Amino acid sequence: MPELLRVILFIIFVLSFAGLNAAYLVWCERKGAGHIQRRIGPKEVGPYGLLQPLADGAKLMTKQLFLPKGVDPVLFMVAPLMVMVPAIMSFLVIPFSESFVGRDINIGLLMIFAFASVNVLGLLLGSWGSANKYAVIAGARCVSQNVAYEIPMLITTITIVMVTNSMNLNEIIRSQAGWFFHWHFFRLDISLLMPVSFLIFFVCSLAETNRAPFDMAEAESELIAGAYTEYPGMGFGVFFMGEYANIVIGCALTAILFLGGWQAPIPLNFGGFLGVLWGMFWFFLKLYALIFTVIWIRWTYPRTQFYELLNLSWKVLIPISLFNLILTALQIKIFPWL
Amino acid sequence: MKGLLQRDVNQETFTLNLGPQHPATHGVLRVKLEMDGEYIVEAEPVLGYIHRMHEKMGENRTWAKFLPNCGRMDYLSAMSYNHGYVATVERAAGIEVPERAEYIRVITVELNRISSHLLWFGAFVLDLGGFTPLLYAFDDREQILDLLESVTGSRLTYCYFRFGGVYNDIDDSFIAGTREFIKRLRKRMPMYDALVTKNIILIKRLKDIGFITKDMARRYGATGPVARGSGIDFDVRKHEPYSVYPEFDFDIPVYEEGDSMARYMVRMDEIEQSMRIIEQALDKLPGGEIKPKKAVKMVKPEKGDYYCAVEAARGSFGIRIVSDGTNTPYRMKLRSPTYSNLSLFGEAAKGMLLPDALALMGSLDLVIPEIDR
Repeated sequence: MPELLRVILFIIFVLSFAGLNAAYLVWCERKGAGHIQRRIGPKEVGPYGLLQPLADGAKLMTKQLFLPKGVDPVLFMVAPLMVMVPAIMSFLVIPFSESFVGRDINIGLLMIFAFASVNVLGLLLGSWGSANKYAVIAGARCVSQNVAYEIPMLITTITIVMVTNSMNLNEIIRSQAGWFFHWHFFRLDISLLMPVSFLIFFVCSLAETNRAPFDMAEAESELIAGAYTEYPGMGFGVFFMGEYANIVIGCALTAILFLGGWQAPIPLNFGGFLGVLWGMFWFFLKLYALIFTVIWIRWTYPRTQFYELLNLSWKVLIPISLFNLILTALQIKIFPWL
Repeated sequence: MKGLLQRDVNQETFTLNLGPQHPATHGVLRVKLEMDGEYIVEAEPVLGYIHRMHEKMGENRTWAKFLPNCGRMDYLSAMSYNHGYVATVERAAGIEVPERAEYIRVITVELNRISSHLLWFGAFVLDLGGFTPLLYAFDDREQILDLLESVTGSRLTYCYFRFGGVYNDIDDSFIAGTREFIKRLRKRMPMYDALVTKNIILIKRLKDIGFITKDMARRYGATGPVARGSGIDFDVRKHEPYSVYPEFDFDIPVYEEGDSMARYMVRMDEIEQSMRIIEQALDKLPGGEIKPKKAVKMVKPEKGDYYCAVEAARGSFGIRIVSDGTNTPYRMKLRSPTYSNLSLFGEAAKGMLLPDALALMGSLDLVIPEIDR
């Protein structure tokens, strides 16, 4: 395929994927929340409320992009993009199926983490630029939260990289081929604490994406809307899309690193176009199961207190993940044939 | 480009205006906070945004015409406020109340107390960031509102009590419905305990946080669950008995800890105690009239100074009435529990983190119209 066409196709796919995900995850979230709370959820716009996201989008887009008094206009406008763009860039290396991937580069994992760190900068700049005290408090919280949770997340990732000897996401998935018990989650023979690693990684990705019960950046009952307090219309909308794109990235990474990405749970693979679809089917199944878990958690638990959140990371997750790293290294050294 | 960016960034503290429009204040309460980072250095509640001069209103209309006002003060436990007012006036004018009417009053007041506590439970967990329990609590509360609507005709701001009795008799369907509801709530309470009370996040947010000492509660005149959560064994129903409360067997839950969790537990236990009272009242419900034999026409209490307090959902609600023997009160003073309970927020919140202070504020169970009156 010519390079230019590939780039254009990729951009179209990713933008529509991110946009549709943001729109329909909101629908899923509202519908899911509704059923968890014994309500119906959106039902007026379209069948089963399926057109509700379009109505929401139209509402957000037609709103005036009002600049409140005292804001820094540049930071205020740039910040949402700084959350959105890195998230979209990360889709570049996510393998939806073995051969359905934007760029099959050998530092894919590193790239995702590099871009994931930009996200928090966007939130911080946005909150600082809003010249609102609630937003500044939320921004400060957000930074310390992200710093705290990136460490155990990276340590856990290093464990996986040590096992697979690769940062290429496709390579990591290939090493989990075969039955479902070859997925890293079940590989107790490589590291006894593998399910714990999975849990740590998942919790950290919740915290990284500022989702409940770690939603310090928004914390609506404490900080009104946190970092987004002053944002009107699409300014907020872009933040929102970025947040959902980040959830997708976080869950996709969890699925890739621990649940075998596009690998089917049985050793059955097809060639050609059918194989692509088969891989995508399993990848999306795992991805959306994880995303549903994220939604489920949000509507079940209250928010943690901020220092509990930091304590959890520094006193529990980091020591466990460090111990896990050493244990895995030992296991690899002692049983190199595994 | 003015504002935060160009301010002196070296300043030690900053002022944060919490409210009057803020999700955590449950109404138009404003709290002026002096903050050091996320720590509260000083907190000052600012009141009066919805002051409606209920006391003055009481002074320029006849005794009976003030009745509907009572339901508008604390709209969540309007029955207790009605009860407080009619009890005071009955005491002043020496009106006898038939026993059946007293029983009906107790049943409706306790139902209303449960509905108020249920709403508080939902809103409190909402303050802590958990949205779902609110809707479950509302589901249960809805049953009470339906029951009370069937007998009083209104769902929120009741005006059901009259001098010397109640407006309407309860029927068999109400009694059956109430028994049904109690059975249902007994089944639901373990679910709330399992999902919310035993939730580790909730425990970590409430346990050993937001202390109100016994001494502090006394100094500010805190009553109700706030005082009982600080180890003060005081409940008007038990200690200054009124109506037919002495005939029932119920406990006053008292917790010594004084933290947010203690106040939470007091209210959850009170729901159970209220259910016990209602059950006993339904069992013992006597027959007879619900209004005095001789209809109360124009109330004109003797010249004098009268006070009566009742236990509302948020604490002791008292009315002091000075009568000059005419058909309007000379002076009326309402003592609302939340006003005192809120006053201690400034002292209790000192040195706390903002989210903890908001949890403390939620545990005080504020109803703003009742503070401002």
